[in-house]
Amino acid sequence: MRRFSAVVLALGGGIAMGGIALQRHEPINALWIITAAVCIYLLGYRFYAAWIATRVLLVDPSRATPAERLNNGRDFLPTHRAIVFGHHFAAIAGPGPLVGPTLAAQFGYLPGTLWILIGAVLGGCVQDMTILFLSTRRDGRSLGQMARDELGPFGGFAALIGTLLILIVLSAVLGLVIVNAMKHSPWATSTVAATIPAAILVGLYLRLWRPGRVLEGSIIGVSLVLLAVVAGGWIDHQPQLRNAFDYAALPIAAAIVIYAWVAAILPVWLLLAPRDYLSTFLKLGTVALLAVAIVLTHPQLKMPALTQFIDGSGPLFGGALFPFVFITIACGAISGFHALVASGTTPKLISNEADVRLVGYGSMALESFVAIMAMIAATLLDPGVYFAINSGAGVVGATPEAAVHTISGWGFPVTAEQMQALAQAMGEHTLFARTGGAPSLAVGMASIFGSSFGRSLAAVWYHFAIMFEVVFILTTLDAGTRVGRFMLQDLLGHLWAPLGRTSWYPSVLFASTLLVAAWGYFLYVGVIDPNGGVNILWPLFGIANQMLAAIALSVATGILIKSGRARYALVTLAPLAWLALVTSAAWQKIVSADVHVGFLAAAADLAAKLAAGSLSPERAAVAPQLIFNQRLDAALTALFTAILWFVILDMARVCVRRLRGLPLRSSSEAPYRQSQLPGPALAGQ
Amino acid sequence: MSPAPSTDRRWPRLRALWGLVRALSGDDAYERYRAHHVARHAGEPLMSRREFCADAERRRWSGVNRCC
Repeated sequence: MRRFSAVVLALGGGIAMGGIALQRHEPINALWIITAAVCIYLLGYRFYAAWIATRVLLVDPSRATPAERLNNGRDFLPTHRAIVFGHHFAAIAGPGPLVGPTLAAQFGYLPGTLWILIGAVLGGCVQDMTILFLSTRRDGRSLGQMARDELGPFGGFAALIGTLLILIVLSAVLGLVIVNAMKHSPWATSTVAATIPAAILVGLYLRLWRPGRVLEGSIIGVSLVLLAVVAGGWIDHQPQLRNAFDYAALPIAAAIVIYAWVAAILPVWLLLAPRDYLSTFLKLGTVALLAVAIVLTHPQLKMPALTQFIDGSGPLFGGALFPFVFITIACGAISGFHALVASGTTPKLISNEADVRLVGYGSMALESFVAIMAMIAATLLDPGVYFAINSGAGVVGATPEAAVHTISGWGFPVTAEQMQALAQAMGEHTLFARTGGAPSLAVGMASIFGSSFGRSLAAVWYHFAIMFEVVFILTTLDAGTRVGRFMLQDLLGHLWAPLGRTSWYPSVLFASTLLVAAWGYFLYVGVIDPNGGVNILWPLFGIANQMLAAIALSVATGILIKSGRARYALVTLAPLAWLALVTSAAWQKIVSADVHVGFLAAAADLAAKLAAGSLSPERAAVAPQLIFNQRLDAALTALFTAILWFVILDMARVCVRRLRGLPLRSSSEAPYRQSQLPGPALAGQ
Repeated sequence: MSPAPSTDRRWPRLRALWGLVRALSGDDAYERYRAHHVARHAGEPLMSRREFCADAERRRWSGVNRCC
């Protein structure tokens, strides 16, 4: 029976991939891609993951896990694998797999789709499962601790700095995504504003009135935010109220920075925790609904398989197919950030080592599937519409006429009337130059949901999708700022001990301000950048995330070789080598002479134009800041690449010592103890 | 102190589903803690529901638990 199912999967996947290959010059149906994706994940899970678990990691179901050995009924708690899977998936699935594929769709649907599938099955899922397993063997130690224990102090320090920097870049780019979704959109802005009191109400409910009744609180909260979506539409039709929520990008960015600062210093129960319940419910619900709706509507993809922008001249971000499709899509294919979650709370819940396959590999496969759905939502739009929404005014022109002229000139016909009608149907004033991916994804989702569940509701669906994205981006922003604050306090504590005390209020205020100012700066520059800012920040985030993945894979490879499993080291070494190649190729962001790609070239070009006086007054006013920022971004890229290579060299040093038989740090693995857990007595069964 | 096991055996599938939903959302975290406490640490002081929820929230948000 199992062999039969494997044959069916292989045949199904093969036929679907064949279908995709044969329809290269005509519109392809999304169902082919969904079928191919599901078959590939299941094959990867059934064979590759099982092989890695038994042969490479030597998973031992008889071994007691930290959840069993250290069970305290709280953070260490043996939990049924379906529930750990749910918790882990909710933790790793953020806005990344929605934004990255949307941006990468400028190359056509094929490159991004292939990378999402191959990158996940051979890279991302393997990384998540391996780190989860290694952390489970080490009492749930964090990635940074494992790097320090197994490689040396340098590895640990690199992981800490890398994580802090990635949090800063991530917060800035996510902030920018929501600014672009909310600017001059009273409906979106009022809906999002209403989610804050809704979350606070849920927080009070769960704290004061009904402690711990998470389901009741979430149902109240979700009902309130759904109501807020509809109420936003009503506000949008009231001329006076409408003006009260109509803001340009800069004030919205300022509001987000202030909001995040306040959220980071408020007690978690008041805003962060209840918002997280809401966003998790919305996330799981929307993802499931989207999958059902795509299958029901099985839309045709209108984007070609490949566009001319694979040469590097793309309007969303500059740079050729290699390496930029691999940098743009980090989450959904391989995301270093997951290694932090896989070495955090999850390993303390694993009741049996064998569960790492479902929890680690399985959750990442599901997240990758979310990325596939985002790719479908972006590529089912008319390509002209897709480019009109996602291209900055600095690239295609500031007026609708100029923009549609430029975009139609690329061979993707679109008219100003078409865009106006679409904006009207979505309840927006304009959809031009809404960079960042969230609005185009929302248009895609609105058209999928609209054709399954009522077309007249397109505007409501659009704003539901925007609200859904913004709510969980804000959760990531809150949580990221808070975690970043702890890390910063940890670092600052080395300079002056009181600053390291996480509950000392002056230190809390100081570290939070420093962190919010850091990402607020990048957000500010992104907002004033006429090219949209996302074109700069998203690649920077991608590079940082790949760097973190490379650190995680280095730790994993180092441990495999240290423990005498060098012949299987390719399992983690191959994705590591690929990431090292991709991230190093992103060196182009520093050295390329093309102003669309190279940070330094762009800075020099802008400086020359400024000196020659050929810029318009508005652009000349912001030029010095843009020039400084491009140079700073070049320095950051150099730093990320340097950290990456130092960690790889550190890992290589450990491996060489092992192969030469020189003394090494001893393994930090906890000793074997036989599991006493009876199968069915686990929590949640 | 531990919750009396339900003797009602109607709708077993619905009950299992409800149990799964509660466990997935963390709605039953306190009951799980209390059951564990009674079984393994009976002599030690038991946290009230309010104390437990505050403690759980503090632990939950002091590390990386949300991702990109």
